[in-house]
Amino acid sequence: MDPARFTRVDPMTWRVEPQGAMRVPAIIYADENLIRDMDDKVFEQTTNVATLPGIVRASYAMPDAHWGYGFPIGGVAAFDPDQDGIVSAGGVGFDISCGVRTMLTGLSVADILPIQKSLAESFFRQIPAGVGSTGAISLDAFDMDAMLSGGAHWAIERGWGEIRDLERIEEKGKMAGAKPEYVSEHAKKRQRREMGTLGSGNHYLEVQAVTELFDTEVAEVFGLAQNDVVVSIHCGSRGLGHQIGSEFLKEMLLAAKASGIELPDRELACAPINSEVGQRYLGAMRAAINCALANREVLGHYARRIFTHFFPNCDLRLLFDVSHNTCKVESHVIDGKRRELFVHRKGATRAFGPGHASLPATLRPVGQPVLIGGSMGTDSYILVGDKTSEAKAFSSACHGAGRALSRHAALKRWSGRKIVDDLASQGIVIRSPSTRGVAEEAPGAYKDVGAVVAAAEQAGLSRRVARLRPLICIKG
Amino acid sequence: MTISTALAVRKVGWEHFPHDADIGVRGWGVTAVEAFEQAACALTAVITDADIKPQTSVEVKCEAPDLELLFVEWLNAIIYEMAVRNMLFGRFAVQLDGNCLTGTLWGEPVDVARHAPACEPKGATYTALKVFRNLDDRWSAECIVDV
Repeated sequence: MDPARFTRVDPMTWRVEPQGAMRVPAIIYADENLIRDMDDKVFEQTTNVATLPGIVRASYAMPDAHWGYGFPIGGVAAFDPDQDGIVSAGGVGFDISCGVRTMLTGLSVADILPIQKSLAESFFRQIPAGVGSTGAISLDAFDMDAMLSGGAHWAIERGWGEIRDLERIEEKGKMAGAKPEYVSEHAKKRQRREMGTLGSGNHYLEVQAVTELFDTEVAEVFGLAQNDVVVSIHCGSRGLGHQIGSEFLKEMLLAAKASGIELPDRELACAPINSEVGQRYLGAMRAAINCALANREVLGHYARRIFTHFFPNCDLRLLFDVSHNTCKVESHVIDGKRRELFVHRKGATRAFGPGHASLPATLRPVGQPVLIGGSMGTDSYILVGDKTSEAKAFSSACHGAGRALSRHAALKRWSGRKIVDDLASQGIVIRSPSTRGVAEEAPGAYKDVGAVVAAAEQAGLSRRVARLRPLICIKG
Repeated sequence: MTISTALAVRKVGWEHFPHDADIGVRGWGVTAVEAFEQAACALTAVITDADIKPQTSVEVKCEAPDLELLFVEWLNAIIYEMAVRNMLFGRFAVQLDGNCLTGTLWGEPVDVARHAPACEPKGATYTALKVFRNLDDRWSAECIVDV
């Protein structure tokens, strides 16, 4: 994008004043290089979101923003139900509550290196990933509804997780207001054999080494030290979330029309929060959030089982589990007044600063861990919500590197086999059922995640705590 | 992953087109029916380059207020059948009756070793969604698929 299309408020803040049907400004947080590299579609989509009814303060885009569906990926927008605000299925996305969890292993790189390949093989064989894989768990109708209501609690009650995990999961592991009865039979059928599966695309399980600490005090609170080994899992609500997204997108197109909402893009399909369709979507979407929380809890249990096989005394503790495709009701101060807003984060991570009431006592003094997944073979980062996060973008930060090249272009440029070999020579073991999938997810197809998190820090969205380097990556 | 050039000569074919995060599928033919069938081939090619044996057939029905939304419903119906049956489909037959579609999908169960599935489509989207007749009378049906 041409930076001249914006008013540059400060080195990291790029603003578009309301024009045409825009109700609020559009604001992108990024450095100049990231802005230049962004597709013009990010400008179009961020300003389109600014036209939606009930939007509060601004339509935001994070430093990793790229061309999405209706909303940009990296988009954040909050809506006030008392001002005819809307909820949008496109603003949450197809993979509802897709997110990242990071678990501390208590092991060091030196412990892992001698068994790195065997450990990778165990993960690859025991974590179902990609098309054609099914989980070991099969849900009947009763269990399905219990899972959709209970989230990570459901998984723990069945032995797939630990109670101490709950305080380290958003919503304490269970999203309130979930309505399994609003989830279609089609969506439930898609999920019957998918619990404890990783999915594909950019989803992964990684064993990572802590290679750099930016803030040693916060790192200590998080339990991170140089050369520590952690496990990170990136996935979401699987087929159930995808089906809910598709079904409500269609329904909200009609609902928007019926409510007289002019949509600049069909993918912005939405319904008033205070409407029958809006409430039904929220009930189904919250059930899908529970599905994602349960799924990551089950996958975390599998990771524990595998690690315990290699290290019988090993104790995997959850650092945090945070989603980046959601709509959540949150209390924010707007012009000195506290309001309950429906905050959409599409490819953006919640980043509560120090003192937030929802954080467990141990984390509250420093802020929420913000988990930023890199691409396959590149660094990931752990950030922490900052005092300035709320005023900047309703306590939100980036969620990953963001693609620089399409899958199409990546396939033309790289061979999957060569990428696996190259990364192996750098000490990174990749296991995937598809070499083409590896080529599509080539490290070079993504933006520099280091530049993205540096921009997030300079913009006041979150601060860097630690850098992680992959040792093992399991791709779907 | 490339234009099926041999078919393009016959005015029937498919291709993928780029999107920042995901992938576009485009099918074309002399009729909208052919364009829908070809786009379904493009959808399968998002997942695998391998041949799909037409061992079993599955019937789907869908409807929508207009032809473009019907196209998305059609692709979503295929995605749904792939997911719940754990199958891949390689041959498609479509019948259109106004804004109602009846489709037959021929395929086989996923064989991870042989098909080496690259990724899993989550849903067809309204992004870059177009169903139209070109100046040369060729129909085209296309949209971005979230993977």
